[in-house]
Amino acid sequence: MDVKDIIKPENLVYEKPGMLTANTMHYCPGCSHGVVHKLIAEIIEDLGIQEKTIGVAPVGCSVFAYNYIDIDWQEAAHGRAPALATGISRTNPDKIVFTYQGDGDLASIGTAEIMHACNRGENFAVIFINNGIYGMTGGQMAPTTLLGQVTATTPYGRDAERNGYPLKITELIAQLPGTSYVTRQSVHTPAAIRRCKKAITKAFEAAMDKKGTSFVEVVSTCNMNWKMTPVQANQWMEENMFPFYPPGDIKDGSKADPASFKQN
Amino acid sequence: MGELKLMKGNEVIAEAAIRCGCDGYFGYPITPQSEVMETLMAREPWNETGMVVLQAESEVASINMVYGAAATGKKVMTSSSSPGISLMAEGISYIAGAELPCVIVNVQRGGPGLGTIQPSQADYFQSVKGGGHGDYHLIVLAPASVQEMNDFVDLGFQLAFKYRNPSMILADGAIGQMMEKVQLSDFKPRMTAEEIDAKYGSWATNGKKPNRERNIATSLEMDSAKMEANNKRFQEKYAKMQAEDVLYETIRCDDAEYILVAFGVSSRICQKAVDIAREKGMKVGLLRPITLFPFPKQIIGEMAKRVKGFMTVEMNAGQMIEDVQLSVGCAGCAVPVKYFGRMGGIIPTPSEVVQALEQKLIGG
Amino acid sequence: MTEELIIAGFGGQGVLSMGKILAYSGVMAGQEVTWFPSYGPEMRGGTANVTVILSDKRISSPIINEFDTAIILNQQSMDKFEKMVKPGGTLLYDPNGITRNPERTDINLFKIDGTKIAADLGNVKIFNMVVLGAYLKAKPVVNIDSVEKGLQQSLPARHHKLIPLNLAAVQKGYELLESVTTL
Ligand SMILES: Cc1ncc(C[n+]2csc(CCOP(=O)(O)OP(=O)(O)O)c2C)c(N)n1
Repeated sequence: MDVKDIIKPENLVYEKPGMLTANTMHYCPGCSHGVVHKLIAEIIEDLGIQEKTIGVAPVGCSVFAYNYIDIDWQEAAHGRAPALATGISRTNPDKIVFTYQGDGDLASIGTAEIMHACNRGENFAVIFINNGIYGMTGGQMAPTTLLGQVTATTPYGRDAERNGYPLKITELIAQLPGTSYVTRQSVHTPAAIRRCKKAITKAFEAAMDKKGTSFVEVVSTCNMNWKMTPVQANQWMEENMFPFYPPGDIKDGSKADPASFKQN
Repeated sequence: MGELKLMKGNEVIAEAAIRCGCDGYFGYPITPQSEVMETLMAREPWNETGMVVLQAESEVASINMVYGAAATGKKVMTSSSSPGISLMAEGISYIAGAELPCVIVNVQRGGPGLGTIQPSQADYFQSVKGGGHGDYHLIVLAPASVQEMNDFVDLGFQLAFKYRNPSMILADGAIGQMMEKVQLSDFKPRMTAEEIDAKYGSWATNGKKPNRERNIATSLEMDSAKMEANNKRFQEKYAKMQAEDVLYETIRCDDAEYILVAFGVSSRICQKAVDIAREKGMKVGLLRPITLFPFPKQIIGEMAKRVKGFMTVEMNAGQMIEDVQLSVGCAGCAVPVKYFGRMGGIIPTPSEVVQALEQKLIGG
Repeated sequence: MTEELIIAGFGGQGVLSMGKILAYSGVMAGQEVTWFPSYGPEMRGGTANVTVILSDKRISSPIINEFDTAIILNQQSMDKFEKMVKPGGTLLYDPNGITRNPERTDINLFKIDGTKIAADLGNVKIFNMVVLGAYLKAKPVVNIDSVEKGLQQSLPARHHKLIPLNLAAVQKGYELLESVTTL
């Protein structure tokens, strides 16, 4: 059998989502960003919301998210994506808005913006990539860096006395009455990717249905700055990140409903 | 024409915003301009025109909310006073870099730091030279009356959309807090989604339509050559402003030998100082820059060829004087340019101005 | 005509609203007006003052070196503003807040016992309207019709039933103004 016989449409089992552009991604091999981008592209296509969706890109490795997903985008200053998203969704209530942010962006410089947007219950989805490190600037400590974890600015490991404690921002976000759905996911196995896709779909649907803020943390790897192979990084994440950042839904309910807060 | 009212400058900003078809206001309380948001919240324009009003968690957030909404082609604004504008500097730079239109009102108070809550003009440099990082300029309008607080909201938006560049209304605590007779504007309807698509479809990020490429609002450009091309385009825009949109007013300048240069509330004081000086036999006139950027260089250059000197009157340590000196110098003239001012929230009195004129310029 | 006026007293005496009603009356009479308050920390509990300018021409400086008229309602304001009245100008005061009578001989002095008159009318809140009436007798810058229109504009609709009482207070002040001569 010849190659031409194989690559027939009826034999097609997988293809690049239509919502991904032809641009070559700049992410390092093994990085989680690319996988999450693909999921978002698929979801926008599945839900048929390209014309209504506006993405807000952060400062961080995913600053160029706008080069990869074929929708209208805005590029925010470091940490300010939730404020832009608030401005967009408040003045365009018919649009579907999401932010895409790293842990430095969301949990350090932009803590005030994310907290208050979630507390007001702004109608947008937040995709939060927690890779425990500042990827773009070369591997410095992030607020989510684990105790003992070596980074460029904690060369002897994160020390609580000097550097404070890793921040479980997602648990804090879940306490806020403006959020309806808060979950922690990962994309390191096909099963995890499927679960994550469901979670992001649900978050987008919550945004479409004006259910308040929906928040999906994706515990991620940064094998380049962790100085590991992609396989080692996945393993390190399972062994070290998951015990502290356990995957699963933290809140699944409705805005302003205390009963919807499920203790993890 | 709308109704004739007696209103505070700050209240008028709010009323003018509603009437000019503004889509949204995002702000954070700070004296002496809190009446802007208070008036909006009391007016509940969301019931009347659909305008959104939101109290943000900080000035950092409010300017970024402005960014988000402005990038969808909406007509949006914020207001603050000096310390809050410093916090907005980052966002303003991004908005200028992403070439988005918006209006920012600064009702200045005395600084640096927490300073005083009394009127000041000490944010002149910050407003006209940039304020945030990078090579950019705001369009800066300096109202000198409550009527101009009304008029400049609409004008600010017109210029902002003409150039896709943020406009600033640079007021001060005196203009914000005083009440004067004001002729309100007629209501203009807010633009519909279809109108926004038709007018701003080439750049507004309001959802990718099948008939156009996706729009991206960004100030980022990794390729230096492309970034330099962007910078050059910005500079062309600023040159165009200089050629087409300079505004100023002259009072009793025709036969004047000495010219006072002042903006905002200082220009009001100088108007009286001119009258007092004229009574004393001094031939004095007043030039009031209305746009501080673009600055009325040309008229100053022309005047420099026939007058004996200039004196700026500013509620700061002498900031606009640098632009007057440049304008005089660029015209190849060497007449003296002096400065008189008060700081810290103190407004100079007309007689102080006349005294300074006698001591620094006419007597000297 | 240009009238440059300062009204000064304690916060709570209705200084700012008296200025506003006068300014609005000016608007209704077709004049140019500026109302410029002292604002900020000095307002809290302490003195409050407002500059009101009425003119048939465009108004220049809201900051005034010397006033055509000063309405003075407490001693601090007497100490500060008596000397800032133009020679030939007018000073109107309520003797109740004053421990030292004005001493200038080159200006026109008037007094109004606003505190007592307002109490007699049964509402101390209209004190400022009594003083306004007295001022309009001394300086007829606007007529009573304009004041009525000014009241309609500056009071919220729910307070419009109080307009007759306010006008009565203005009328009383107008009638009971006393001229003072210093020796
Ligand atoms: C005001 C400001 N401070 C610092 C930076 C530099 N900076 C760029 S990205 C970044 C950290 C990003 O880390 P994270 O949000 O975790 O995203 P990642 O790159 O890991 O995906 C920093 C500090 C900046 N761009 N702006």
